[in-house]
Amino acid sequence: MTFDYAQRNTDLHPPAYTPGYKTSVLRSPRNALISIQQTLSETTSPVFRPEELGPRDNDLILNFAKEGLPIGERLIVHGQVRDEFGRPVRGALVEVWQANAGGRYRHKRDQYIAPIDPNFGGCGRMLTDADGRYVFRTIKPGPYPWRNRINDWRPSHIHFSISGEGWAQRLITQMYFEGDPLIARCPILKTVPTESQVRGLIALQDVPNFVALDSRCYRFDITLRGRRQTWFENV
Amino acid sequence: MTQLPVHFDETASQTGGPYVHIGLAPQQAGFEIFEHNFGNVLVSPATQGERIMIEGQVFDGSGTPLRDVLIEIWQANAAGRYAHPADTQDKPLDPAFRGWGRTGADFDTGLYRFETIKPGRVIGRQGRLQAPHISLWIVARGINLGLHTRLYFDDEAEANAEDPVLNGIEWEVRRRTLVAQRQQRDDGQAAYRFDIVIQSPDPARETVFFDL
Repeated sequence: MTFDYAQRNTDLHPPAYTPGYKTSVLRSPRNALISIQQTLSETTSPVFRPEELGPRDNDLILNFAKEGLPIGERLIVHGQVRDEFGRPVRGALVEVWQANAGGRYRHKRDQYIAPIDPNFGGCGRMLTDADGRYVFRTIKPGPYPWRNRINDWRPSHIHFSISGEGWAQRLITQMYFEGDPLIARCPILKTVPTESQVRGLIALQDVPNFVALDSRCYRFDITLRGRRQTWFENV
Repeated sequence: MTQLPVHFDETASQTGGPYVHIGLAPQQAGFEIFEHNFGNVLVSPATQGERIMIEGQVFDGSGTPLRDVLIEIWQANAAGRYAHPADTQDKPLDPAFRGWGRTGADFDTGLYRFETIKPGRVIGRQGRLQAPHISLWIVARGINLGLHTRLYFDDEAEANAEDPVLNGIEWEVRRRTLVAQRQQRDDGQAAYRFDIVIQSPDPARETVFFDL
């Protein structure tokens, strides 16, 4: 039995050339992508083992804490990674990174005036379980200014990288928070072609899963490309 | 009657942004956090196959190298088999080779580098053999959807000439953008140079990217 991933619906993604997000102008191919029939090179991808990750890799509150806890609103973020046909994607490597509560990244190239938090690294990673589910703990990232137009600000967001079961599923995206007034103004979110696709990037508050007197919770489900059995292969 | 499967739309892609290293290569961002880090060395002493280096730069539409780009590679082992359950070819697996790596370009020069082995040939569609190749995935600030391409080897001219994917590229002049050039180093190490041109007014210069 062989299988393919269903053709990617490129209308669901930002086009390469989006002048409102200025950096894309010189970083967008001019030629059309060339569509290929998938082979094993596209339907396989690296398999990650639980022992490659540490027990605190998905706890951003504790995984870089030195002499205290990071400053910020305590959050739990969870969700399911499934494919477009609703099948849970197990063993997917989910990697997340974000700014600290003041909107500053722990990165040697980030020069924003907001201070580094000595107790916050800002990255985490996990493998999805048998139901495709993931969970991590963090603090809410702050918004920050960036050089696009001179007064553009990023809404609070968490970056997600997902490595699923096939190379063709590889995806990087960003999660936003319900109700953030900067969402409607964000040039990077405006690259997303439809309102429903933007909605898919906005995590909703998950009140029943709040931890009383401790943390709020957001839910963010992720859909990867789905595979279909190839019934007839002409040998 | 059987039910048709439900369908959800794929989550929209967003740029990896300038600080992609924090999440995918934190040591490069400038800090230690994980005990085990993923990196650009795919081989260990036990790995089977010819040691090679892959290196190059990624250029934008002005010809400037991207210094904040991140690249992942995925390849078969020396026998031409992927370390994945869906690959059931009758060839040996190499327990010392996963075939996957990632790296950011150097922040000053934009150079990227992988230490790996030359992959064997993998079966393609309709039972046709593919030429040895490595799949690459490229993300950076300004790239809204990760770019997929393939690296082929210039010393595999015969295999390349019959590769179904290379031959599927209508414009012969564009196929050359996927072929890395072998350079023998003084220390005997084989290095392949593979520059990637994200944008060029000349279609023969702009790297071919695939919609998988």
